[in-house]
Amino acid sequence: MLTTRVIPCLDVESGRVVKGVNFVELRDAGDPVELAARYDAEGADELIFLDITASSDRRDTTIEMVRRTAEEVFIPFTVGGGVRTVEDARRLLRAGADKVGINTAAVDRPELISEIADEFGVQCVVVAIDARRRIVATQSGSGEEAPSQEISASAQTGSLSWEVFTHGGRTAVGLDAVEWAARAVELGAGEILLTSMDRDGTKEGFDLQLTAAVSAACSVPVIASGGVGTLDHLVQGALVGKADAVLAASIFHFGEFTIAQAKHALAAAGVAVRPA
Amino acid sequence: MGSGSPGATAAGANPPTIAVLDYGIGNLRSAEKALEYVGAVALLTADADEIAQADAVVLPGVGAFGRCREALAQTGLDEAALNAVASGRPFLGICVGMQLLYDSSEESPGIAGLGVFAGTVRRLQPGVKQPQMQWNQLNLMNDSPLFEGLGENPWMYFVHSFAAEPSQYLLATCEYGGSVVAAAQNELVFATQFHPEKSGQAGLAVLRNFVNIAANSREARAQRAAQQAQLAQRRAV
Repeated sequence: MLTTRVIPCLDVESGRVVKGVNFVELRDAGDPVELAARYDAEGADELIFLDITASSDRRDTTIEMVRRTAEEVFIPFTVGGGVRTVEDARRLLRAGADKVGINTAAVDRPELISEIADEFGVQCVVVAIDARRRIVATQSGSGEEAPSQEISASAQTGSLSWEVFTHGGRTAVGLDAVEWAARAVELGAGEILLTSMDRDGTKEGFDLQLTAAVSAACSVPVIASGGVGTLDHLVQGALVGKADAVLAASIFHFGEFTIAQAKHALAAAGVAVRPA
Repeated sequence: MGSGSPGATAAGANPPTIAVLDYGIGNLRSAEKALEYVGAVALLTADADEIAQADAVVLPGVGAFGRCREALAQTGLDEAALNAVASGRPFLGICVGMQLLYDSSEESPGIAGLGVFAGTVRRLQPGVKQPQMQWNQLNLMNDSPLFEGLGENPWMYFVHSFAAEPSQYLLATCEYGGSVVAAAQNELVFATQFHPEKSGQAGLAVLRNFVNIAANSREARAQRAAQQAQLAQRRAV
């Protein structure tokens, strides 16, 4: 059967989880390995670590975290952030990561996707895309969803389009998000991690039009990310956004909802999930 | 559920040694760590002697069939794997490690697999996303010590775009755009298309069963050896 995965995302800086973590029974709420094991026990289907370490000691602390995670966590996990070469990917995979996420480096040099896929298989290449709606001034004055002159033929959404950003959302690169996703799949991406920058942190729900457009354009699974504030948002991501997996961070980290509650909500809405 | 404490095995104080074939592809550490977690002594190794002396052998694999087959040949581990199978010791192929046990794969035409299982590995049915990258429920078709205690429909984690065609060795299927072969067995040669090392507690239970199979097999071989020694002694007298 087709099942939708529920994926908590952990932001990690210098080997520590950042953003609040609200499990009272954790010995060390900042330890990514303890939190990962907790999510595994709760029934998470996969985990994604996003390494936001800026300093040059990133490599060693991250590898150590991956090693420790691989000793205690027996569900798949992806590590993204700072992967720029095949060697970067090799180190993470050898340390125990199942997949690597690439974002800025893939935009800078798309052939990196093929290089990693050729070396280790498409199943371990997650191309992360940060996308923002193109805001186009229109005569009708009806705002950002008004008809645009920059229609992407492949977006299949009529008037809407989204632009790709890199460097943690700071740099617009002029690529159409739907076209970039399709190209990334052609190059060897095994999965797309799609984050709406408009929705990230808002708790207003996924950008469902973006998610549906990218999912329709991709033959590989798409993980919806950015904006989850309620369990219904997860349901909408699967049913309306046609996402193959739904990612959330704060609703889980701050103890607002458990993985089990998320899965119950999805199942109750008719979305097949692995029971927690 | 919980990942706090390693599970006990029937192997007890004398855990079996399981060689995990290291031919340099992808994430091999997971299989090694998961086997250790359920009580085995796991050796990630490319050493023919270590493999020959191990109580059981695991052939993991990710990526393309052809590339994995080539890497096996370059490291000489194809011979080591075939020797292990011929010796009758328990053997477990995982994911592409399962596919490599067949004759060939549509993924890499013209490249011969290890031929331990007859048949071809074929692309998944169209109409579903590929790879299948998700948890799915098994339908167990036959009793097997590998799935002991797991119920009829355990959940396992899959990542693959190709799967073996059904054969007499079929052990389990899952549904993904049609029926997909999820596990196979011929005597003590086991193969899983899913990743037990990535399937949480259910997957660890599969590996724990494999470790127990390895311990029991070692015990049986030791008994046979002792009987033969006794027999030889009597004849000598």
